[in-house]
Amino acid sequence: MRLKFTVYSHGFNKVAWENAERVPMNKPGSIQLPQTVLSERTQAAEPVVEAIKPPSIVRSFLQSKSSGKVADGTFWGLMIVCALSIFLIVLLILSVLVVNSKLSIHTFGWKFFTSSSWDPNSGDFGALPFIWGTVVSSLLAVCMAVPLALCVSIFLLEICPLWLRGPIAFLTELLAAIPSVIYGLWAIFILVPIMRDNVGPVLQKYLGWTGFFGGSNFGVGMLTASVILAIMIFPVISSISRDVMKAVPIHQREAALALGATRWEMIRMSVLRNARIGIVGSVILGLGRALGETMAVTMVIGNHPDISKSLFAPATTLASVIANEFSEATGDLYLSALIEIGLALFLVTIVVNGIARLLVWAVTRGNTARAA
Amino acid sequence: MGSLPVRSATSERLSSLRRSAANHLVTTLAILSTVVVLVPLVAILGYLIYKGASSLNLAFFTHVPAPVGQPGGGMANAIVGSGVILGLASLLGIPVGIGAGVYLAEYGQGRLFGNIIRFTADVLNGVPSIVMGMAAYALIVAKQQHFSAFAGGIALAIMMVPTITRTTEEMLATVPHAVREAALGLGIPKWRTVISVSLRTASPGIITGCMLAFARVAGETAPLLFTAFGNQFWSFNLNQPIAALPLQIFVYAVSPYDEWHRLAWAGALVLIAMIMISVTLVRIFANRGALKGGH
Amino acid sequence: MKAKLFPVVMLAALAATAGAQNLTGAGATFPNPIYSRWFIEYSNAHPGVKINYQSVGSGAGIRQVTSKIVDFGASDVTMTDQQIAESKIKLVAIPSVLGAVVPVYTLPGVGSDLKFSGDVIADIYLGKITNWHDPRIAKDNPGVNLPDHQILPVYRSEGSGTTFIFTDFLSKVSPDFLSKVGRGASVRWPVGIGQKGNEGVAGMIRNSPYSFGYVELIYAAGNNMSYGLVRNAAGKWIKASTGGVTAAAAAASKNMPADYRVSITNAAGPESYPISSFTWLLIPVKSDDPAKGKVLHDFLQWMLDHGEDEASQMTYAPLPKPVADRVRQTISQIQ
Repeated sequence: MRLKFTVYSHGFNKVAWENAERVPMNKPGSIQLPQTVLSERTQAAEPVVEAIKPPSIVRSFLQSKSSGKVADGTFWGLMIVCALSIFLIVLLILSVLVVNSKLSIHTFGWKFFTSSSWDPNSGDFGALPFIWGTVVSSLLAVCMAVPLALCVSIFLLEICPLWLRGPIAFLTELLAAIPSVIYGLWAIFILVPIMRDNVGPVLQKYLGWTGFFGGSNFGVGMLTASVILAIMIFPVISSISRDVMKAVPIHQREAALALGATRWEMIRMSVLRNARIGIVGSVILGLGRALGETMAVTMVIGNHPDISKSLFAPATTLASVIANEFSEATGDLYLSALIEIGLALFLVTIVVNGIARLLVWAVTRGNTARAA
Repeated sequence: MGSLPVRSATSERLSSLRRSAANHLVTTLAILSTVVVLVPLVAILGYLIYKGASSLNLAFFTHVPAPVGQPGGGMANAIVGSGVILGLASLLGIPVGIGAGVYLAEYGQGRLFGNIIRFTADVLNGVPSIVMGMAAYALIVAKQQHFSAFAGGIALAIMMVPTITRTTEEMLATVPHAVREAALGLGIPKWRTVISVSLRTASPGIITGCMLAFARVAGETAPLLFTAFGNQFWSFNLNQPIAALPLQIFVYAVSPYDEWHRLAWAGALVLIAMIMISVTLVRIFANRGALKGGH
Repeated sequence: MKAKLFPVVMLAALAATAGAQNLTGAGATFPNPIYSRWFIEYSNAHPGVKINYQSVGSGAGIRQVTSKIVDFGASDVTMTDQQIAESKIKLVAIPSVLGAVVPVYTLPGVGSDLKFSGDVIADIYLGKITNWHDPRIAKDNPGVNLPDHQILPVYRSEGSGTTFIFTDFLSKVSPDFLSKVGRGASVRWPVGIGQKGNEGVAGMIRNSPYSFGYVELIYAAGNNMSYGLVRNAAGKWIKASTGGVTAAAAAASKNMPADYRVSITNAAGPESYPISSFTWLLIPVKSDDPAKGKVLHDFLQWMLDHGEDEASQMTYAPLPKPVADRVRQTISQIQ
């Protein structure tokens, strides 16, 4: 008994686990062609690595036998039209932005993205403070929301008593439905005073030496905006990651538990490990929402186009400057500069998504038994 | 396993202690963060109900807006208008979103084109709603020379697509290959397999994605401002400006009158109730359908 | 029989839609409450006529009406010469009502009715006056115990007519402000934090001690906020009221240009409130659809006869009589 435990408790991380992963593969259905099936499984487990997978012999055989060639072709065509339409929509939006911001592009060139002056009266426009505000507030929000969202998903799926699961899940989804104006109003009346009188002074006292929490704290600024953003993107990340975790086959969990894993080890190794691609997908969706969020951020970020090290200082974002000034902008250059801000937001989204994708690639290079 | 070093009883006990400590720590963390998250959630909802419930009455659901100072005004036209725009957006956005998701998961895995589409969908997801409104304005309203419910529906539909596509893809990826192969093995064509097996198995997650997308666009003001435009009066014409709850809430929220502020809160409460009712109904029907189909 | 009846029914339906006039207007947010009241009352009094007005902002209103996407526009800011030149349709600006901007603040231990001269306000926003204890504020407010605390200036973050009126006034009274900031719907403020909308500024001021900002009079009055007095061109301290605003308009009406494009900030006259402005309806001189032109003409007539009386109930200042008389002549040319 003792010997057995020693082996498992020690060898659990690697060897026993690797074996456990293979358990579902020894099913009667795939016994005839174990080699092919195995190779397909391991390949399919890492779609983001973009490896070109060799067509499964099983599948191509089955498909060649299938009765509806024409119907299949039509279906494929329909799906590809849907996929293409996304591409076309983005191209259309991009072209609208480029055409309408021509004047500003010609006037300022690349300087637009590196200049930090924004003065409608003298016709001098630069996007740098807005880019800074967008990137910093979104990243901070994601840093706050992701651990919380994952913890809540784990709680709901693995710890929470069944009767409580429904109501809490319902509540988090309800949050996604609240218009962002309401978040903003709530933040002005409730969150801002709390940040000013309670959270701010504590941060200043204990973390003031970092320099990130210096200067006057009026309750509105980068930090408050990130907090409200974190609250807003939380439902997206937690609902989707919960569904992905839920989809991890139950036998994966049981296998881990049977090997003597504690609950956390089971979550870490079977649930999080298998669900991580989906979780990263949910984080990217949340990040996207944070980058483009307008109303609530505008109401609490202070709207002052400055780049400051302090998170208490007012800042501004690309989306909020468009929302703030688009409807009252007069003059062609001003208007086209605002539209170029929209273009800048596009570029920021592309860059941030690109980086996120690199991270995903780095994270998922290891093998995952996904949907075995 | 032969290479494993032999461990002493003490280190074994320590390791088991460490493991159980880690387990308890994570459990506590999970419970704690749920509480931390639930506090603002409950606070926001409670604030909304506290502010909005007192202004709700029958007239709110049956009358069109009244001028400030005159009793008996409601948002009936905005409630119906929001229903029309959201219905239109869902009709256009959900099929396209699911279709693109199916393409990515079933045909586009590991292909360059699939990766481009996936990346574009993520970029589209980050486009702020006001830019979407600007684009819909330039592409539809400026061409037609008038505002329309149709333009608003399209703007919202575009916003729904990326969320639906990416969740559909993620959820389809969780469907076991064995299930698909079993269906194909029975001689069922691929399209039938995708619809009746893959999509059906993944349907709870896909529905969550659709509902998240729906909920997100239902509260949007910015893309409607220069497309659906708003209307103080009844309108059912898709080619004409139409009222929408978020627009009406926005107008009331920025007004100088306490009476209108209360109506704005009530409107927000009704909006959320509407979304929740539709989400719940869809879930109930989907569950029934899935159960029936499964047996 | 049925086949014969069908065209008749169709014609009748067409006639009904032709009789129903749906007009669309877009523009300024500030007069939206009174405009929507006017348009609802007007359509109640004239069945078949529906005038749909939406407050999308002055700048957007001008863009929509000059590109003929809406039937009429509305603006808190006068159209520039360039906008008039580029417009696809010839417009006439009709003043409808007047509004005012008031300085608001939250100072613990200090009551309402603090006095602010224009150059003090300008220097607060330029960052030259940073403390409530500043001798220049104290000089205007003898006997008030001003706290020794940093001022938090708050401004409107989004482009707005309110900001235009406010900066227009400050540019007139402070040459320094004119050169460093200037007038505009949105400007580069050297200090302070921006809040969206009157409600954002008001919420921020109410919740933050030692803050200072500006909102529309109608907003301060509707929310029972205390606001300060401002010194006018005649050197008198004036507390904003609809009467003071109409007085400023009357004082400025003597040398008003024919197109009504006039700034009435810092107007002469002892009664005039200095931070006041007209708001304008932008009406096509000749609508593409003559039926719509007629509706607009009739509505403007109705506005002058009935609408103006309702203005002061809603804290909008009505047009002074000499201006109203001139508007009556102007609208006769609208077709």
